Amino acid sequence: MKKNQKKRIENALTSRKTNTFVNHIFIMRTSNNNLSSRRLLIMGIFIAVGLLYIVRLFLLQVVDTKYKAMADNNALRYVTQYPARGKVYDRNGRLLVFNEAVYDLMVIPKQAMKRDTLRPFDTATFCRLLDIDKTSFIERMNKAKKESYLKPSPFMTQVSKENYAHIAEVLYRFPGFYFQTRTVRHYPLSIAAHTLGDIGEISRNELDKDEEDYYRQGDYIGKSGIEKSYEKELRGVKGLKVMMVDVHNREMGSFMDGELDKEPVAGKDIFLGMDAELQAYGEQLMVGKIGSIVAIEPATGQILAFVTSPTYDPNLLVGRERGKHYKELQEDPMKPLINRATNGTYPPGSTFKSVVGLIAMQSGSITPATCFHCAGPGSLPIKCTHHHGSSPDFANAIMNSCNPYFYESFKATINNPKFGNIKEGYQYWKDMTYKLGLGHKFGTDIPYERPGNIPTREYYDRMYGGQWNSVTIRSLGIGQGEVLVTPLQLANIAAYIANEGYYYPPHLIKCFGDTTAIPEVMTTKVDPGIDSRYVRVMKAGLRTVFSGSAGTARRYEMKDIPQCGKTGTAQNPHGNYHSNFIAFAPYDHPKIALAVIIENGGYGATWAAPIASLMIEKYIRGYTLREDLEKRMMEGRISYKNER
Amino acid sequence: MNERNKIIGKIDWVTVLIYLALVIIGWFSIFSAKYDEMHPSIFDLSQVYGKQLIWIGASLLIGFVILLIDAKFFNAFSMWIYVIVLASLFMVLVYGKATKGATSWIDLGAGIKFQPSEFAKMATALALAGYLGNYDNDLQKRRNQVVAIILVLIPMALVLLQNDTGSAIVFVSFIFVFYREGLPGAGWVMMAGVVAVLLFVFTLVWSQKVMYIILGSLLVLAVVYYLINKKKDIAKMIAIFACMFVFVFSVDYAFNKVLQEHQRNRILVLLGQLDDPKGVGYNVHQSKIAIGSGGLMGKGFLQGTQTKYDFVPEQHTDFIFCTVGEEGGFLGTSVVVLLYVALLVRIITLAERQRSSFSRVYGYSIAGIFFVHFAINIGMAIGLVPVIGIPLPFLSYGGSSMLAFTIMLAIFVKQDAYRLVNL
Repeated sequence: MKKNQKKRIENALTSRKTNTFVNHIFIMRTSNNNLSSRRLLIMGIFIAVGLLYIVRLFLLQVVDTKYKAMADNNALRYVTQYPARGKVYDRNGRLLVFNEAVYDLMVIPKQAMKRDTLRPFDTATFCRLLDIDKTSFIERMNKAKKESYLKPSPFMTQVSKENYAHIAEVLYRFPGFYFQTRTVRHYPLSIAAHTLGDIGEISRNELDKDEEDYYRQGDYIGKSGIEKSYEKELRGVKGLKVMMVDVHNREMGSFMDGELDKEPVAGKDIFLGMDAELQAYGEQLMVGKIGSIVAIEPATGQILAFVTSPTYDPNLLVGRERGKHYKELQEDPMKPLINRATNGTYPPGSTFKSVVGLIAMQSGSITPATCFHCAGPGSLPIKCTHHHGSSPDFANAIMNSCNPYFYESFKATINNPKFGNIKEGYQYWKDMTYKLGLGHKFGTDIPYERPGNIPTREYYDRMYGGQWNSVTIRSLGIGQGEVLVTPLQLANIAAYIANEGYYYPPHLIKCFGDTTAIPEVMTTKVDPGIDSRYVRVMKAGLRTVFSGSAGTARRYEMKDIPQCGKTGTAQNPHGNYHSNFIAFAPYDHPKIALAVIIENGGYGATWAAPIASLMIEKYIRGYTLREDLEKRMMEGRISYKNER
Repeated sequence: MNERNKIIGKIDWVTVLIYLALVIIGWFSIFSAKYDEMHPSIFDLSQVYGKQLIWIGASLLIGFVILLIDAKFFNAFSMWIYVIVLASLFMVLVYGKATKGATSWIDLGAGIKFQPSEFAKMATALALAGYLGNYDNDLQKRRNQVVAIILVLIPMALVLLQNDTGSAIVFVSFIFVFYREGLPGAGWVMMAGVVAVLLFVFTLVWSQKVMYIILGSLLVLAVVYYLINKKKDIAKMIAIFACMFVFVFSVDYAFNKVLQEHQRNRILVLLGQLDDPKGVGYNVHQSKIAIGSGGLMGKGFLQGTQTKYDFVPEQHTDFIFCTVGEEGGFLGTSVVVLLYVALLVRIITLAERQRSSFSRVYGYSIAGIFFVHFAINIGMAIGLVPVIGIPLPFLSYGGSSMLAFTIMLAIFVKQDAYRLVNL
């Protein structure tokens, strides 16, 4: 029977007449034995489907690589590892900025709400642990749930270190809760807010400018101060951790045992040229006054103090209340957010006479022996506000701050026949001021520098239709008119004279925590091209401002610390004179050079000179012998009309 | 040599070895899919992989018992078994528990749930085999045809009433046995089924209008051909075309009114008409990612990231093939597919060598059932078939299906071992 059957199948298969085969498969009236051949179609279907699936699997698994990539995105999470941001120290190694760990208690509502009959969620204990009541618990939970049911949201932010230790110990009993560590900047001395600056979430604009493609939305970036200037060095290099995650966003451990991970590189520490004590002292002296103190170490160009007033506690702009505090500071009519040390541009007044005198001497327009006539208050076109001999020489003129003398010097410079005409003469004069660091930015590490203003000859051409002469622009000779300088620029002039003919572009940094060299621009000596003989004459002249019997700052002379300086009393459109002063000390090998500007403080000798002198004493002696003066300066208040 | 040993000696070991291979692959896949570092032992009875081991053990035990039972038992009691299972299907409708929209479970207490629909397939196969075999009922007689079809339709309808569409579709597999046993028109029904699926798919993809144009032009060509060749049954041909037109006409209606929304969406996703990888298409999308990411050699045992971390829903039950694909790669998947094809071909071959029509009908029935499960389950995992929630026999986690499929196969192995004694 079996043989017979087989034969029939063979017949069916080999039959030339396909009809026979079709009959076997589809036609109904056949004997059971014939039906046996129908197994072929059934087996054929089974095998065909199997083959179809194998082909499909081959395409899916071997040929198509798309799914492999999708799987990587699906299950691997690339977790950015943020490096510790570099710390900031002062020149003596005192800590100015460091990172403080804060702990945010996070919750994943789904996991927290999961009912577990064996270990029910003990809300009462949990609330006691966090020191919140049940209403608050429910509120916080609802807020988190509204945010996302499956993803973590903060339940309680910035838990203190003590509470953190306490809670973390028993947190395993509360599924769905975990701590996330963040770091915030902390400023232990609460000084130099503007210099140190702050960090904040990166803005759209900053992201667009990020050509290296380093930052991501939500990253923190230096917003101002050295946090901005040294962002790259301070931030370090982000690391990467490849984590496996499941569909519920739960991390399931490290991928490939961390082979693909990249350790973050911590940011560099920075040592500033700033002297924290001097900075703090300056800020104290400036309380109740608007203005600025900039102190520079002449030998290096490092900024010793960068005081602006009013100021604020840098710790205000950290953490949860940042936005609120920032708004308050922004709305303060005293504008504490402005860094007047470099954003404030002021008429230098008589302090500018040092610049005018130096350029006049270098151009050969005057010599130290040159005398100009002074008719006191009756002088033309500029009257003199001081009483002195009628024909002062250079030394006398500096000591007495004689207006006519410097107007004449200025006039002699720009009218010097060797320049051919006044416009060329003015061009020379302007170029020299530029070389002395005025009218432009230093371009070092000081953020948001302002250039100040030394007018161009084109400006005067436009202003006066090309018809102008030394009388038209006479105010420049005494540091008034269009000329505007920043306290930083003024301090640099003081450092320049202290150095007897050169300066280093003023900068904030002293060195990095490692051996990285600081940018070359800050260590390159600048020589404006004025003969040091003349600068020495100027230096000697500035000494007499303290030591001379008629010196405008003679009241602040100290026997053991020979100081040099120049007062300035600058007219301005905002009320009373600005009280200005530049100074350096000691006379030989000066250690500190500074500029002080007290807005609407009146005479230079009233506020700026004593404050500068106290700063010098503080820096060199470490304390003051003139406690009365110190007290008077610290407690002194100037009333401003836009004060609240 | 006593009779028992003689019987066991006749067991078709090829079938048994394929079965064991699939069961072990399944167990390890479940372990991998549900692996939990807190419970690293595959024997941990608190985990699904430990539980699956219990089910495997129970299945092997019952399978062994079946081999010891007199082969005539199943033939003799086929109708009783059928009636009992039908009764339990009724019970489910009354007392059943709903899982994912389908009411198909009976809670036996003590955490054991029982899914009668898994056993309904086996019972139907037994009943059909008993009916067509025992009384030597010939499918050429109209009465016998009606009874045979009703035997299949009753459990199918009951399962459908449970809203368990997947299990109901499995009953379509009896078309194979009807075809083999010479039910008039079974071949045509199979053909018509394929044509209907094609028409359905093309209508959804191209719209009815296009289909009318295509069918219309085909009809014109056919009529011209028939006229030229002077063929006689032109009326029949036109009738067939008429049916196709009606079918296409009704596709839209059937699709929108008869199918439920989730079924509609699953079909649209499959046809690429709906792109929604996070919504309706999520399962299939994730499943394809898991399988596709396996590559040629796979990621290695316990190394899968997709299935292990819950990306694929139902990964240890209906989507167990994902774990095979991800960790075993193309190598693993083709081995599993080939094992299935080998099992199916083997069952057909064994069925053909049976002398009793009971055994043959039963063999074809279970081959059809295994095939439909295999084709739908793997087809959906690789995105060739819409998502229909039925398990992959021997691999998927689940006590009822493990037991039911094992019993199903064991009965056949017993019948085969007994075939010479039978006469």
